[in-house]
Amino acid sequence: MKKSVLRVGASMLVLSLVGVACGGSDDSSADACEGNSKIAFFGALTGEAGNLGINIKKGLDLAVAQHNEANPDAQIDVEAYDSQGDPDQAPALADKAIADACVKGIVGPAFSGESAAVNAKFEEAGLPLITPSATNPDLSKNGWDVFHRALAGDDKQGPGAASRIVADGKMKVGVIDDNSEYGKGLADIVQTSLGDKAVELNSLDPEAADYSAVITAAKDAGVDAVFFGGYYAAAGKLAKQMADAGVTAQFYSGDGTLDVGFIEAAGPAAEGAILTCTCAPKDSNPEFLKAFQDANKGEDPATYAAEAYDAASVFLAAMKDGKTSRGDILKFINSYDAAGVTKQLNWDEAGEVTGSAVYAYEIKDGAIKGIGLIK
Amino acid sequence: MPDWLIIRTFWELTVTGLALGSIYALVALGYTLVYGVLRLINFAHSEIFMVGTFGALLASSQFLSIPLLEDGNYPYRTGMTLIIFLVFIMLIAMLFSGIGAVVLERVAYRPLRGNGDAFGAIVLAFLTAFIVSLVFVDQAKINVIIALLATAPISYAYMRFFKQGRKAPRLAFLISAIGASTAISEAVGVWSKHGRDQYQTPRLLEKKTLFTMFGTDVRIDYAIVIVGALLMMTALTLFVNKTRLGRGVRAVAQDAETSRILGVNVDLIIIVTFALGGVMAGGAAMLFTLVYDQTRFNIGFILGVKSFTAAVLGGIGNLKGALLGGLLLGLVENYGSAIFGGQWKDVIAFVVLLVVLMFRPTGLLGESLGKARV
Repeated sequence: MKKSVLRVGASMLVLSLVGVACGGSDDSSADACEGNSKIAFFGALTGEAGNLGINIKKGLDLAVAQHNEANPDAQIDVEAYDSQGDPDQAPALADKAIADACVKGIVGPAFSGESAAVNAKFEEAGLPLITPSATNPDLSKNGWDVFHRALAGDDKQGPGAASRIVADGKMKVGVIDDNSEYGKGLADIVQTSLGDKAVELNSLDPEAADYSAVITAAKDAGVDAVFFGGYYAAAGKLAKQMADAGVTAQFYSGDGTLDVGFIEAAGPAAEGAILTCTCAPKDSNPEFLKAFQDANKGEDPATYAAEAYDAASVFLAAMKDGKTSRGDILKFINSYDAAGVTKQLNWDEAGEVTGSAVYAYEIKDGAIKGIGLIK
Repeated sequence: MPDWLIIRTFWELTVTGLALGSIYALVALGYTLVYGVLRLINFAHSEIFMVGTFGALLASSQFLSIPLLEDGNYPYRTGMTLIIFLVFIMLIAMLFSGIGAVVLERVAYRPLRGNGDAFGAIVLAFLTAFIVSLVFVDQAKINVIIALLATAPISYAYMRFFKQGRKAPRLAFLISAIGASTAISEAVGVWSKHGRDQYQTPRLLEKKTLFTMFGTDVRIDYAIVIVGALLMMTALTLFVNKTRLGRGVRAVAQDAETSRILGVNVDLIIIVTFALGGVMAGGAAMLFTLVYDQTRFNIGFILGVKSFTAAVLGGIGNLKGALLGGLLLGLVENYGSAIFGGQWKDVIAFVVLLVVLMFRPTGLLGESLGKARV
């Protein structure tokens, strides 16, 4: 028995050594890309919040397609790493992206949880990233040089959402989150901003089917509004079950909920929900809107598509400028300062973009309608 | 009385807890029946439940072609139409789950019992060929054609092997169960229309308050779930206790070899057992979609774990234990999350399980499908 354990252990050791050796050879070929340079999408294309990643990928695809049309002799490819938004699946994919010498930049990681799990890897590898959507404020506090985000973080969104809730005259706001890096982070900020108007209703499990426990607590507290920090699938279930349970509180949520998936999951219960986002409304840049519609059979750009387009265009500008190595591209981004379709794109030391607009959206007649800037 | 959340909302928590608990109980019956007869923990039973929810979804949205929304509102039905539709959806869900459970038994377990037959060999051969072909091409149609062509020779080989009648060790059943579970849920996740997204099921029943009890509104869907589950369990108990096949189930549970000698068709009884468990899971699946209007490829996972817990809590192998365990687990979860907060829901459930098992290692009512006091 003991012998076989030893044998297994020894063979595993050999295997891991081989693995290390292979990893080593990958590193040395970091600048030996054969073929077209790539910009990688990193985030969920499937799973609980896959729609948000699909939006991002469409924005990225559009930017790259425009570049490729204008520069036939310098084609760029898009590589997609579908993490399903799962922090457990992300590290292996990050290793894969890092090992591919042709990947020069990452648009993503899309969500905060996976960002916290893998950004240190990208930092170590010097692979520059611009996330169009990960808004957890702590992400920019790690001293990662490669980290940039194309929209303001939840330290801006949270107070914005809270001021909207207060402006709507709500006195008692139940705050619920999905226990994710993003959801809990945002909910905590909203709760702090609301001060004594907030009632903490704890977390729910986004994968669970039944939210009656948290809804019973909301009912008992007699809230006149509920803020949910989390993604659209869970938000939809929550809004629906709240309505079923006879809770009439106004439903508020953040950018993770800003997707038609929310309306599909909540059905008629989605009507009137107010969602905030630091992302720009689809019609904020008519030129981009038209280009996107033309490229996607008339479909409107959804949440984060414009931010992803901006993120991609910064990488493309770097490549057009003749930067080929990851290090040069990173330097280029750090000193970049030009107008994008959503905002002026330039980053501070921490990787936060200047400009911190928070927009409000409302679900009306089964569709998402922008209802303007907050503050 | 102190002014605690649990006391203020006690009856509401009780109603929702009983409703979810009834669904746990119905699914737990499947674990308990199979364990009682085969001493096998059928981990793939959670996917049988999932298949049932998709059966309910197909029945309502495809066979009855009910849309998700009509003029921006739920497609409510009333009166006889509603009853007929709900019964129809339940029958289809039961059919899906029942067939699923029987196929699962023939393919994943019977060959391991040294008793593999042509049906299992053909399905396994098809699956083998299909999966191997995925390595070379990734177009569903071509894969299916290749798999169909290769089915005959591979199933012949499997049959030759099955004829040796080798019995696998107990652990192999467990691996097979876990493998089948992953395979079924991933297959739905990869090949169903919306993949891993959440599916909405049409809502036919308007969720009105049926009556008010202790100041708590009892919604009609919760009432249907609780009553429906109790009826189904009564029917199952009667079947097991009063019919000839039911007597066979009890006999095999007691001693499979002796029953075989005495002329019980053990393989038939095993199929019946799986079918019964599947039908109960199908009923649970329909009741689940009635309350929550949704399903997903992995919907069975958490629910399966909970139901298995319920079965162990009540005493696995014991039909009444499944009922008691399910209801108790639903209640404990709800009360616990009112006391400690929603994020502790699962922890509380398992702490209760551990405590019960410490004092009653065979569960609250003990293992007894084979014993006289079923």
